[in-house]
Amino acid sequence: MKMHLDEKIWLTLSFGMIMIFMFITGYQAFAYDMEPPSNKEIIDPQKVDQIAPFNKPGITKIGEKEYEVVMTLQVFSFNPGNIEVPAGSTVHFTLTSKDVVHGFEVAETNLNTMVVPGHIQKITQKFDKAGTYLVLCNEYCGAGHQMMSTTITVK
Amino acid sequence: MQTAKSQTFKDKTSKVMGINKEDALLTKSYIFVAFMALLLGGILGLVQGLNRAGLLELPSWVNYYQVLTAHGLILVVVLTAFFTIGYFYAGLSHTLGGLLPIVRKMAWIGFGLKIVGFVLAVIPIIMGDASVMYTFYPPMAAAPMFYIGLALIVVGVWMCAFGAFINVANWRKNHKGQHVPILAFFATGVFVLLFFGSLPVAIEVIVMIIPWSFGWVKTINVMVARTLFWAFGHTLVNIWYLTAVSAWYVIVPKIIGGKRWSDTLTRVVIIALVIMNITGGFHHQIVDPGISPSVKFMHVFMSLAIGFPSLMTAWAMFAIFERTARKQGGKGLIGWYKKMPWKDVRFLAPMIAMIAFIPAGAGGIAQSTNQLDQVVHNTMWIVGHFHLTLGMSVVMTFFGISYWLVPYISKRVLTPQINKLGVIQTWIWTVGMIFMSGSMHWVGLLGSPRRTSFTTYGDNATALSWSPYLMFLAVGGTLLIIGVILQVYAVINMMFFAPKGETEFPIAEVEENAAKTPYWTERWGLWIVIMLLVVAMAYVIPLTEFIVNAPPGSPPFKTW
Repeated sequence: MKMHLDEKIWLTLSFGMIMIFMFITGYQAFAYDMEPPSNKEIIDPQKVDQIAPFNKPGITKIGEKEYEVVMTLQVFSFNPGNIEVPAGSTVHFTLTSKDVVHGFEVAETNLNTMVVPGHIQKITQKFDKAGTYLVLCNEYCGAGHQMMSTTITVK
Repeated sequence: MQTAKSQTFKDKTSKVMGINKEDALLTKSYIFVAFMALLLGGILGLVQGLNRAGLLELPSWVNYYQVLTAHGLILVVVLTAFFTIGYFYAGLSHTLGGLLPIVRKMAWIGFGLKIVGFVLAVIPIIMGDASVMYTFYPPMAAAPMFYIGLALIVVGVWMCAFGAFINVANWRKNHKGQHVPILAFFATGVFVLLFFGSLPVAIEVIVMIIPWSFGWVKTINVMVARTLFWAFGHTLVNIWYLTAVSAWYVIVPKIIGGKRWSDTLTRVVIIALVIMNITGGFHHQIVDPGISPSVKFMHVFMSLAIGFPSLMTAWAMFAIFERTARKQGGKGLIGWYKKMPWKDVRFLAPMIAMIAFIPAGAGGIAQSTNQLDQVVHNTMWIVGHFHLTLGMSVVMTFFGISYWLVPYISKRVLTPQINKLGVIQTWIWTVGMIFMSGSMHWVGLLGSPRRTSFTTYGDNATALSWSPYLMFLAVGGTLLIIGVILQVYAVINMMFFAPKGETEFPIAEVEENAAKTPYWTERWGLWIVIMLLVVAMAYVIPLTEFIVNAPPGSPPFKTW
């Protein structure tokens, strides 16, 4: 196959670009712990209320400016809702769904994950800036999907 | 020997005389359904756009999510499948010397199955029993009829895929040692992908969902279903893309009066797209639980690898343009572009489609990487992305094709008036999509979620700040419906009312001094084996894990 020099240059650059992209993504993911949320624990989706820790959903202080939120998602709410934490807190979310697939997104942060029935998902975020953050469901879950929201207030 | 001779004779007659009546009717029916789907889906799209911007309150008897499910199904499944099949069957008929009678029959059976399947799927949507989106993620459960309809559509597509294989195999038997004509080569790639790509969703629907929705099985494995869906869903988008690419490589050069780019390179691009396509589906599941980060990373790699043949395509296209324009007296580093036939809709529409693929492809590469996906996953950004890729790159290419394909199958001609209408339509569509897709991308970056009817989340300040962008979405949607109406008018006109005459099926020739294409490119058996190996690499481990370490299943839910 005959190829022009400039075509070879273009294809080399293209290949290089994709490789650099891959390298940066992989390096960030595995060297800086910036992997996407990928927790592997499972749970019986029909007995969420009876199984720890989801039998007691809520927020617990687990260290200096460090909190754990155990949350269930169900049509069309987050439990617990209206969470409050001090500015500078790191919050570890442990999430599961009691019915269909939901999304857990906190606008203006990088918190964004799927919450699938039968699976326990975990995701962490440090809240530096004070303000009221909008928590919303970003996976269509039924007739009231557009109302499924709550807030995280950072003081 | 006798058959071989008569076959070549048939080849020649079909090239001189145009398409035979039966093959023309087949493609005409497919294309007609495709553009009716565009009209219907477009109207539903406008309704949503206006509602989402808060400009239109839906009447109580219709639900936003019902409309959205129908919009998705009609445009994503009906428009694309019917156009792709109609276009490639005309291509097979033209380049292989007519369709075999058995193949034509299979395509008609496929047509019937798809229409029946579509009606069966739409009834529960209208009744409000299937507001589950075209992704129908379990454990949301629609009425069983919805899934049976989908299964029939898939079987209808398979009929057409096997019909195409039979026709190509027959041609190869009669033309030993020759290369399959390039458009038929593209068709082979597309139908291979359609068949193997729809296998996972067929398993999901027939083996898992239908028995569960009837209540014969109590629970379902949600992650296995999701994974099988995306193994198909991602392939499907690339099938449309490959269909559009076939017109870029084969048709557009002829329309601008040029020659095709390297035949070998074209075939290598097709083979690469076929092999690498079905894998990579997990980039839709980057923020899902239950899949290890290393498997997700492998899928990111497989997704980005698809970018490479596209970058090869980008080069080839601009090389053709420049070479052709310079031959026609174009001068200067970029001044040659003035020699392109900008006033010919058959060129303009696919050209803008190609240009749109530059930002569309770049956005795709960005969002398939782990960290960036986490920012935009399930936001309006994604909706903007697939309206730019599907709504512009693919559908505008389809529009461009319609301006010669419809006259060709109807034995009519493209009049200067319809050409002019087409040019206007192209610009309206372009501006509409820039508004709509642009505002979707932007508001998605800010966090506005997809698949959500008008809401301010109780007048939340963040949500209220998204409203102005959503207004642009409504403006874009309004322009697009004007585009839809003009386009459907043009198709109907060319199909039934334009002056009679012969229209050519524009297939560009290779360069005179082109190197001979190596024969290994014809080894489809080998490509399919490699493809299946890559698919196994991507999916065997995660699927096994989901099945072996499965949580107790989920019962069906109707949450709307």
